[in-house]
Amino acid sequence: MAIRALEVEEAAVTPGHVGRGVAAVLRFARRKPLGAAGATVVILMMLTAVLAPVVAPYDPLETHYDAMFAPPGAQHWLGTDSFGRDVLSRLIFGSRTALLVGFGASVIGATAGLIIGTASGYFGGRTDMVVQRILDVFLSFPLIVLALAVVAILGTGTLKVILAILVPMIPRAARVCRSSALAIRETPYVDAARTCGYGHVRIILRHMVPNVIPPYLIVLTAFLGQAILLEASLSYLGLGVQEPTPAWGLMLQGGAAEYAESAPWIPVFPGLAISLAVFAFNLFGDSLRDVLDPKLRTL
Amino acid sequence: MRRYLVKRFLLMFPTLLGVAVFVFVLIRLLPGDVVQLRMAGEGGFVSEEAMQQERERLGLDRPIWRQFADWMSGLARLDLGVSMWTGRPVTYEIGIRFQLSLQIAIMATIIAIALALPLGTIAALYQDRWPDYAVRVFSIAGLAMPSFWLGILILLGFLIAFHWTPPMVYVPFWVDPWRNLSQLVWPALATGYRYSAVATRMTRSAVLEVLREDYIRTARAKGIRRKLILTRHALKNAMLPVVTVIGLEFAFLIGGLVVTEQVFNLNGLGKLFVDAVTQYDYTLVQGLVLLVAFVFILSNFAVDLLYAWLDPRIRYR
Repeated sequence: MAIRALEVEEAAVTPGHVGRGVAAVLRFARRKPLGAAGATVVILMMLTAVLAPVVAPYDPLETHYDAMFAPPGAQHWLGTDSFGRDVLSRLIFGSRTALLVGFGASVIGATAGLIIGTASGYFGGRTDMVVQRILDVFLSFPLIVLALAVVAILGTGTLKVILAILVPMIPRAARVCRSSALAIRETPYVDAARTCGYGHVRIILRHMVPNVIPPYLIVLTAFLGQAILLEASLSYLGLGVQEPTPAWGLMLQGGAAEYAESAPWIPVFPGLAISLAVFAFNLFGDSLRDVLDPKLRTL
Repeated sequence: MRRYLVKRFLLMFPTLLGVAVFVFVLIRLLPGDVVQLRMAGEGGFVSEEAMQQERERLGLDRPIWRQFADWMSGLARLDLGVSMWTGRPVTYEIGIRFQLSLQIAIMATIIAIALALPLGTIAALYQDRWPDYAVRVFSIAGLAMPSFWLGILILLGFLIAFHWTPPMVYVPFWVDPWRNLSQLVWPALATGYRYSAVATRMTRSAVLEVLREDYIRTARAKGIRRKLILTRHALKNAMLPVVTVIGLEFAFLIGGLVVTEQVFNLNGLGKLFVDAVTQYDYTLVQGLVLLVAFVFILSNFAVDLLYAWLDPRIRYR
């Protein structure tokens, strides 16, 4: 299993070996059709986000007061909201927010966790003990409680939401990466690097971190879906992304009762978009985990 | 094993102390304070003197280490202090909401277990055949769907189909079980589905792993009936990781239902937390966060104890 994991990693990372990279992608697609389907949806979503101004039929901020609460139809495929804004266009532009927050929070959070966890495992002993206790403290809050606390201090807005979501992710990533780092610390090449007199920073970044990449990637992909869910939750509470920025969670605001009779499509479609996005990320992440390290189940 | 458990138990205290320090400092980083919000929030002009007096009354004028020491000495006597906003004891404010949050957490757990164990086992037994695929899609969908959105859909469905909304006022279970359930079953379902998805996936992979063990093959070779192998040999051993997941999720449900509570308009701990933060109610936030962390750490510990009970190998180590 370890050999296969290395193979995949190498194929993906080494530059100048495009052919091998393509082969690895094809092998992944053949072995994990569900994962490949998830990855396809993710790529389509990215394309939609990038091409939003081209794909979207309307400006997401443009209000049509003559067509408020218009039901889905030829004019507005998914209907309009209480300001007469086109729901489909807002969904399309909302994917930008979702992906920005999702990738921003997961990549930064997981990377910070990777470095902290690897360093903690590398130093071991008292340092490790202290770092672990601090992580314990952070791990004893539900994700959303910690995120809410950060939002309360920093305020709302897209960038602050990214920060609020990445903070609770750091200790979770660090925990996973540390346990891999502990095993790597004992390998001969780390000893060799130490005998060569390399500094701690160099050993951690150049010799250990590259070998903790498989669990890091698993954590990262698992975070993507969670980050999108968390962003939607915060925005729904009114503590995340702010109007008029199109965001899926924000579009759900207003409560079921308000829309039940007049416009049930308003809360239905954004929820579908969130679910589809998270579904795709999870499918991909699951298969990636199966390929890289099937033992790592608890995330 | 006993030494390990004692060590684990003792480690709870530094972690809790860390949580206490962390929340104490964090909440004071918020710009503004309760006095300003309550007095100036009413619109009229309030003299600096009156605000100062109020701060003195609440002990906010003292040095920060003094405030912390006061809080800690109160904690040692199990006194969480008085809410800065309502003036009622923190334990009272938490107590009236705890019931509701605990009940939803318990019901969601029951729903999750009732779904996860059979579905996860079936998926494992029929690996890579259609029951497995069906279960996997069902559970990945559960992870993907925001539970608050599922809640919105449930409410929407009732409104459109029956013009009915669940009762808005909380009634304890023993006073009127029917009314109580017709309010709380729906949020429990919305959160229980997601929760069951986590547990189903864990059950599936744990059962799969155990079924590959040598002792299962031995049991089969001895000619023991399949049903017995499954219940007596496989499931028993597969339960360990499942118990962990259930324990951890349960702990998160106590304080982490902020959004679902909002959807169903429930007055639980999540809503209390948001209110307390927005009102700069330092004492209440501190007490609440400490409680949530305590429940979490405690259920971690309980999971460890359960491990020892479920797996004699761990007990005798």
